[in-house]
Amino acid sequence: MTTLVYLIPVALFLGALGLFGFLWALRSGQYEDLDGAAERILIDRDDRPS
Amino acid sequence: MSCCAPGAEIALDLNGITSALPSSQEIRLASRSLGGDLRQTDLSVPTVHCAACIQTIETALGKLDRVEGARVNLSTKRVSVRWRGDEVPPFVAALGRLGYPAHLFDPEIGEKDKTLSELIRAVAVAGFAAGNIMLLSVSVWSGAEGATRDLFHWVSALIAIPALAFAGGIYFRSAWNALSHGRMNMDVPIAVGVSLAYTMSLYETINHGDHAYFDASVSLLFFLLIGRTLDHVMRERARTAVNGLSRLAARGAMVLRDDGSRDYLPVDEIEPGMHLLIAAGERIPVDGKIIRGTSDLDCSLVSGESTPRTVASGETVQAGTLNITGPLTIEATAAAKDSFLAEMVRLMEAAEGGRAHYRRIADRVSALYAPVVHLTAFVTFLGWMMATGDWHRAMTIAIAVLIITCPCALGLAVPIVQVVAARRLFESGVMVKDGSAMERLATIDTAVFDKTGTLTLGQPRLVNVASIDPAMLAIAAAMAAHSRHPFSRAIAGSAGFVGQPNLESVSEHPGFGIEATAAGSTWRLGRRGWAGWKARTDGESGHGGTVLTKDGIIVASFVFEDALRAYAGTALAQLNDAQVSVEMLSGDTAAACGEVAEILGIDRFVPALLPSGKVDRIEALARAGHKVLMVGDGLNDTPALGAAHVSIAPATAADIGRNAADFVFLRESLLAVPLAVDVSRKAGGLIRQNIAIAIVYNAVAVPIAILGHVTPLIAAIAMSASSLLVIGNALRLQGFAPSAPERIAPQDRYSNVNSLAQFS
Repeated sequence: MTTLVYLIPVALFLGALGLFGFLWALRSGQYEDLDGAAERILIDRDDRPS
Repeated sequence: MSCCAPGAEIALDLNGITSALPSSQEIRLASRSLGGDLRQTDLSVPTVHCAACIQTIETALGKLDRVEGARVNLSTKRVSVRWRGDEVPPFVAALGRLGYPAHLFDPEIGEKDKTLSELIRAVAVAGFAAGNIMLLSVSVWSGAEGATRDLFHWVSALIAIPALAFAGGIYFRSAWNALSHGRMNMDVPIAVGVSLAYTMSLYETINHGDHAYFDASVSLLFFLLIGRTLDHVMRERARTAVNGLSRLAARGAMVLRDDGSRDYLPVDEIEPGMHLLIAAGERIPVDGKIIRGTSDLDCSLVSGESTPRTVASGETVQAGTLNITGPLTIEATAAAKDSFLAEMVRLMEAAEGGRAHYRRIADRVSALYAPVVHLTAFVTFLGWMMATGDWHRAMTIAIAVLIITCPCALGLAVPIVQVVAARRLFESGVMVKDGSAMERLATIDTAVFDKTGTLTLGQPRLVNVASIDPAMLAIAAAMAAHSRHPFSRAIAGSAGFVGQPNLESVSEHPGFGIEATAAGSTWRLGRRGWAGWKARTDGESGHGGTVLTKDGIIVASFVFEDALRAYAGTALAQLNDAQVSVEMLSGDTAAACGEVAEILGIDRFVPALLPSGKVDRIEALARAGHKVLMVGDGLNDTPALGAAHVSIAPATAADIGRNAADFVFLRESLLAVPLAVDVSRKAGGLIRQNIAIAIVYNAVAVPIAILGHVTPLIAAIAMSASSLLVIGNALRLQGFAPSAPERIAPQDRYSNVNSLAQFS
C-alpha cells in the first residue's frame, strides 16, 4: 500500500508527460506536414555557421 | 521536373485547359497581409512529391527579389510564399519554369481545421485516460481488495473526469442536438450509456462496492473517437485535394474607367455598365456585351457546345466562357450575383433533391437500435426489481446491459469500412466528399452522363492526319503553335517534330485564323472562307472547315472530332454489366450527340438541353423510382449534379460543379465511374455484414447481461473483441481487387492511422 502511494502518482505523471508532449507537438504544427517532414531529412542544408 | 515519375496521381493533366497564369493583380487579390508590407500567398502545386522537389522550389523562390521565404507543404501539395512590397514577385512564372504548374486557390483565411484538432486532442486525452484506468482495473480484476480497491476506483474516477469532459463532450453535444430536433442518432445511446455507467460507478466507489465501470465508459469513448476521427480525416483529405484544383472562374477583372485609368477589381465589385478588358486566355467574369474586339469563345463549360463560337462586337457573352484568341472589351450587363453563374447556383439550390432526404445507414439503424436497447435495459431493471426487490442490484444489471449493448461495434463498423473504401478510391484518383455519398452511390440503377467534357474531353482531335502531306502539316503545326484556339492546339499536338519551318510575321486574326509569311508566300491557317480566298466554290468547300492555304490556294484541310475520354466505352460497358442503365444529356447539337452515342453504344440520349431541362429529366427519372447518378462537368450541369441522387464530376469541371459533386475524379480515364460504383457497392455489402456481426454479438451478449453475469472484466473483453472483429472485416475490402500502383508518401501516413485503429 505504501509503495502505491508514490508509484501511482509516478505512473500518472509519466503518462501525463507523454500526453502534454503530444498536445504540444500538435499545437506547434508538427503534424501539419507529415509527408514533408519525412522527406526533408534528405535535404542537405548548406547553412553552416560562417 | 527532376524526380520520381510514379505516384504523381494528383499531377493532373490539365494541359487541355486553356488558362493563363494568374495575373499579378489576381495574386495580390488572393494574398493576405501578415502585418506591415509583408504578404503571404498560398499556391497549390499538384506536382510536388519528393525532397528534391521541396528543395528545388524553396531554393528557387527564396532567390527571387522581395521574397522573404517559401515553405512547401508536401501533404497538402501547397507552397506558401511570404513576400514584401507592392509589386508581386514573379513566383508563379518561376515555378512554371521549374516544371511545377502552380495555381491559386481560395484561401480559407484563418480557418485552420478546428474540428480535426479538437478530435485529435480528444482522442489523445481519451487514450491517456483509457490506458491508465485499464491499468488500474487490471489490478482490481486480479484481486485487489478493500482499501486498495477503493483507492484504485477513486483514482480511476478522477482520471475519467477530463476524458468525459473533453472527449465525451463531443458526443453529449451531438446527442443533445439530435434530441432537441426530435431525431435519434448513434450518439444518443452512447451518451446515455457512458454517463449512466460513470454515475453508477461513482456511487459504487462511494459505497465501497466491488464493480466499477470507469474503464468501460472511457475505453468506449476512445474506440468511438478513433472511428470518428478517421472519418473526418478522410473527408478532409478529399476536400483539400478538391480545393487544390485550379480555379476556373474569374477572380476579378481589369476595369477600364472613363478617364482611361485601369483598375483590377474583384468580381463582386463589378457593376453593370463598367467596361472590362478581357485578355486572350481569360474567363469572362460577368454577363456582358462586347463593345470592341473579335475573338473565339470556348463555351464548353457553360453550354456544352464543343466547337468554339466566334464573337464580334455587339454580341452578348455569358459569364464563365473562356476568351481564346483575341482581346475583348465588354460592357458588364449584370453584376456577378445576377450572372449566369449565380443563376446556376440558384437552380442547383432549388433542385437539391434526393440527398437532402437521405439518411445514413448508421442513423437509420440507430433509430431502431437505440429505443430497443433502452427498452431492454429498462425492462431488465423492472424484472430484477420485481424478482428481488433490490433496487441497487437491479440498477447495476440494467446498466451492465446498457454498457454491453453500447453501439461500439456499430459506431466503428460504418466509418472504418468507408475509410478503407475511400482510401482505395483515393489511390485510383477518386475523391469522396463524405461517407453518405458512398452509401447513395451503391444504390443507383441509372447513370446520366453529360457529353462535352465528360464522355468526351471537350478538346478537338485531328482525325485525318494520315491524309495530310507531312510537310504541310509541319507548316500548319508551326503556325498553330502561336495560337490558343483548340483547333490550333490539336494541329500543333498531332505533328511530330519535323524541324522548324521558317515563318515570318505570324499574326492571329481572331475569329478567322492565323496568317504567316514564309519564303515570299502568304500562308493562312483558319476558316475556309477566309484562308482560301482564291479557292473555287466547289462541292467540297461548301461546308466551312479548317484549311491551310498558300497564297490563297488550299493545300490541306483538317477534320476534327471531339476526342472521347479514355476508356469511355469500357466504362459504360462495365456500368451495363453492373445493371446500371446509361443515358446521355447534352446541351450540344443532335448531330454531335448522335455521333458520340453511336460510338459508345448509348441508346438513349437527349440533345440541345438547357440546364433546367437536365434537371427536369433527372427529376422525371427520380419520380419513376430510379436512383440516378449524374456525371457532368459544365456549369450547365451543376443544377443536375445537385438534383441527382448522387453525382460525380471530373477534376476539369467548373468550380461550382466540383463543389456540388459528391465524387471528383482526378484522372482522365472514365473508368473511375464504374470503379467508384463497384467499391461503393462492396463497401455497402461490408457495412451490412458488420451490422449483422454487431447484431449477432448483441444476441449472444445481451442474455448474459440480462441474467446478471456481466462483470466489468467480461464487458471489457466483449467490447474489444467485437470492435476488433468489425475492423478486421472492414479491412477485407482492401483484398477484394488488385490495388492500384503503390504510392509512397501519403499512403504511409494513412496506414499508420489504420494500424493505430487495429492496435487499439
